[in-house]
Amino acid sequence: MRRLRAPLFLARAVYRKRRLRDAARLLPLLGFFLLILPMLWQRPEGPGRDVVYIFVVWAGLIAVAALLAPGLGGSEAERDEGGDD
Amino acid sequence: MPFNILVLACLTYVAALFGVAFLAERRASRGMLGFLRSPLVYTLSLSIYCTAWTFYGAVGYAARSGLEFLTIYLGPTLIFVGWWWVLRKLVRIGRQQRVTSIADLISSRYGKSNLLGVVVTVIAVVAATPYIALQLQSVTLSFGVFASETPEGWALPNRDATAVWVAAGLALFTILFGTRNLDAKEQHHGIVTAIAVEAVVKLVALIAVGMFVVWGLAGGPAAIIARIQSYSDSHWVIQPGRWVGLIFLSAAAVISLPRMFQVLVVENVDERHLARASWAFPLYLFLMSLFILPIAVIGLERMPADTNPDMLVLTLPLAEGQGALAMLAFLGGFSSATSMVIVETIALATMLSNHILMPAWLWLRPKATLSGDLRRAVLLARRLSIMGVLALGFAYFRLSGGSTALAAIGLIAFAGMAQVLPALLGGIFWRGATKTGAGAGLVIGFVVWAYTLFLPSFGEGGVISAQVFAEGPFGLAWLRPQALFGTEAMDPLVHSIFWSLALNTAAFCAGSILSFPDPVERIQGAAFVNAFDSEAQAERLGWTHGKAEPEALLNMAQRILGEEALSFFEAEARAQGKAGYLPDMTPSFLAGLERRLAGSVGAATAHAMISQLFGDATVTVEDLMAVANETAQIMEYSARLEEQQEELSRTARQLREVNEKLTQLSVQKDAFLSQISHELRTPMTSIRAFSEILTEGDLPPAMVADYGRIIHTEAVRLTRLLDDLLDLSVLENGTVQLNLGLANLGQMIDHALAAAGQTRPERSFDIQRDFAAEEIFLRTDADRLVQVFINLISNARKYCDAAQPVLKIAVRQKGGRVVVDFIDNGTGIAKDAQGLIFEKFARLTDQTRAGGAGLGLAICREVMANLGGTVSYLPGQRGAAFRVTVPLRLEKQAA
Amino acid sequence: MAGRVLLIEDEVNIAEAIRFLLTRDGCEVEVLADGHAAVAAVARALPDLVILDLMLPGMSGLEILSALRADPVTVAVPVLMLTAKGQGRDREAAERAGVSAFMSKPFANAEMRATVRALLGA
Repeated sequence: MRRLRAPLFLARAVYRKRRLRDAARLLPLLGFFLLILPMLWQRPEGPGRDVVYIFVVWAGLIAVAALLAPGLGGSEAERDEGGDD
Repeated sequence: MPFNILVLACLTYVAALFGVAFLAERRASRGMLGFLRSPLVYTLSLSIYCTAWTFYGAVGYAARSGLEFLTIYLGPTLIFVGWWWVLRKLVRIGRQQRVTSIADLISSRYGKSNLLGVVVTVIAVVAATPYIALQLQSVTLSFGVFASETPEGWALPNRDATAVWVAAGLALFTILFGTRNLDAKEQHHGIVTAIAVEAVVKLVALIAVGMFVVWGLAGGPAAIIARIQSYSDSHWVIQPGRWVGLIFLSAAAVISLPRMFQVLVVENVDERHLARASWAFPLYLFLMSLFILPIAVIGLERMPADTNPDMLVLTLPLAEGQGALAMLAFLGGFSSATSMVIVETIALATMLSNHILMPAWLWLRPKATLSGDLRRAVLLARRLSIMGVLALGFAYFRLSGGSTALAAIGLIAFAGMAQVLPALLGGIFWRGATKTGAGAGLVIGFVVWAYTLFLPSFGEGGVISAQVFAEGPFGLAWLRPQALFGTEAMDPLVHSIFWSLALNTAAFCAGSILSFPDPVERIQGAAFVNAFDSEAQAERLGWTHGKAEPEALLNMAQRILGEEALSFFEAEARAQGKAGYLPDMTPSFLAGLERRLAGSVGAATAHAMISQLFGDATVTVEDLMAVANETAQIMEYSARLEEQQEELSRTARQLREVNEKLTQLSVQKDAFLSQISHELRTPMTSIRAFSEILTEGDLPPAMVADYGRIIHTEAVRLTRLLDDLLDLSVLENGTVQLNLGLANLGQMIDHALAAAGQTRPERSFDIQRDFAAEEIFLRTDADRLVQVFINLISNARKYCDAAQPVLKIAVRQKGGRVVVDFIDNGTGIAKDAQGLIFEKFARLTDQTRAGGAGLGLAICREVMANLGGTVSYLPGQRGAAFRVTVPLRLEKQAA
Repeated sequence: MAGRVLLIEDEVNIAEAIRFLLTRDGCEVEVLADGHAAVAAVARALPDLVILDLMLPGMSGLEILSALRADPVTVAVPVLMLTAKGQGRDREAAERAGVSAFMSKPFANAEMRATVRALLGA
């Protein structure tokens, strides 16, 4: 039983790492999508809400990037770079 | 505020920067990188993205166009947040290939093509020159702001003079810290540290002004939002085309601007710093942008309408009586300008000297190959480039007159540099990208950019006439600079970005698909695109990157140097004050080790080994080629050795062969002597034995007669043997005297038959002859030829074992030769013996021989050779068959 | 001197001389010219002495000697080797093969008879 558990746990870690990388790849796409939204809004009342929206999205991107970065950094993350997801 | 205090503050600030740079440089040279290598410094150094254009221009931009200024910072944010896509790969490739600039990266990727390096350099210089001018302009303007504020009303001596002094100061700083040493990686710790300090200064300054504005003047964030909300006029509305276009443009710029590439890739000391910068740098941009809008909004509200919105950061505190804050703001702007100029200049100078000046210098002076000489030349080229770049910026500043809005200049530069993007991204993600494609894309993109954006920026009637603007060149309306192919509705900037990058990318792709890369290009392409694969592979092979274990080095060195390695390591460790065999991996130690290894395996190989183990750079194609050269030399050397070896062994073989031949000759001689001895002793034995018996007497007379006959027979045999030997010796030496004359072949055969009849006369032979055919007259030595015939007929008589022996003598004429065959009906001669019968003493069976010594056929052969003919055994005739061939007319000289 | 002598010699005249001399001395002499026949003859008749010529048709004297020495029946038969080649090498080879006595041709009759006598007496 114990012998089975160890590789399962390992696979899980590798799996998580790969999903983390997927997230890192998707993040700028999500950011781009969110940041071009304001140009589609017609706000006759003024750009105040847009400013707040953009800065909030921006801060959110930075926060998510900061959360992702430690998991991505370091050489350990690169070892199974070649592997298929 | 007194102007001289401002100058004093400025000088103090610059002096402090010099000090910081100097200290950092000294720490770095001692190998104490410490905080110099921290992710914080890396992130802060990236802030040169925010130049004076950000510091002053962003507020102006916001005042003019509202939210749009944010795009300049949102693009880089997306790139950094998405660092896993592009930045990570760029940094990795930069480290692996020891890239020194973006021009170097492009040139290196496309097969070390210097032409591409030149193209990128030219684009960079052209695009950056206005940008540098912009920085000079902003510093000059900011001085001007203070000057006009002085109550005494003293004016600046000259606007240009300020710019000259600023430019000269920047040149001095850049030369001092930018060309202190020639590092292969072009890293400048002093400058990076100074820039990090400047980054803090400008951030603090801008935030300070912003906080003063928000809380001091406006009364809190909510009030600011409310004011922004009131700007609902068309200027402040987001224009979708420009919004997307500018986000894209700034994203491209943050990768491809020479100065950004310099700090991002070239000055990177640890890849892991990038992970930190991926969110920290956007955060910096976020903080820099946060107060731009409030300052702009409040500035517009409070300042007179004719105020230059680009200087609001300065003029607003000054107008509110905040001298110290204004001073801080001034220093912030000054920092932004100087740091940008310094790094940009270094980056451009590296490109200029590496891709243009040095190649030209080497080309002009091909004989200057001394390394010291070269080093000085490189430094000189670098310094000249720095001064050249600054001079260009200054010249542009003077010529343009500083009229254009700051933001516009910045965006033009961005768009120019973005032309590198297709070649850059294509190069690192697409193996099929080729030099031709990259060159075509770059040139076309650059031309379109210059035609649609750069040249029009000088204004209508500046470089391009108003007529061309309105009607296109030569009246071709579809070539109007700001409405290519009739796209009139587009914003000029977006129009230029769109067309230049579209055509650039199209040319790049088409050129790449249609052309064929050379080998170096293909190798480099694979190395760039698979930058991570090779790394993963290297790790699988057990190379620890960046951190060579001393044991691993010792292990490798021992394999090459043997015992010497151990003593070298021990001595180095002792010199470092350590016990044992494992010194610290200092650069000097590694250099020494590399030199030692180079003595054994060649410089390139040694370098490759050390960098494999220690450096995190992989071996470049050039390294490999150098290794291959060394290997080739070694192979050539060993080939020469091998050749000599082969010659020696060939000589030895020849000697052996000669020796064998001699031995064989000696054996043959021994065998011959032994045969002769045997042939002589045998009759002698009989003669001696019987003569002794006869001398004893008392023998019956019949026996005496018998024994006397035996003695006689053996004596005759002995005589004949001696005759044969003499005959053979004469024939073999070619000294035989031939009596040439005409003779009838039939008569000769008659003679031979008569003579041979004495051999075993008891046997009756049926002789078959063709007398008509024998009626031939030959010119030859008749006696000799008869001798041969006798021999052959005797042999037949002796050896033919048929019960009814038949000898057939056939004569034919063939060409100028006569062929005489002697064929009997016996069992013939065994196949394996046929080759032997003409050898001396080659007696096959002695059962029936009648005193022959085994020399007969050997003599026949020699005789025929002397008569210009042959005698040979005819196989396949059922019996023994000999063929004699003799020329019809034997001339004297043929003998 | 008496004894049965097998003479293996292809030279008719030499064989005749030896046969005459030894017969006169009281030996019973049988003459063979062929090497092949000789080995069988020795084994069959087991003579008191074999006189062997070195150069024989079919099988050389040395080969016959080796064959004789290899066969337990004939191993002890004394063998006198005669040769006309007169080279030291042949003598050494014969001695290695186990020859009892060795004589070069031509020989003195007295010497030959003395050797045969000595071999028969032994």
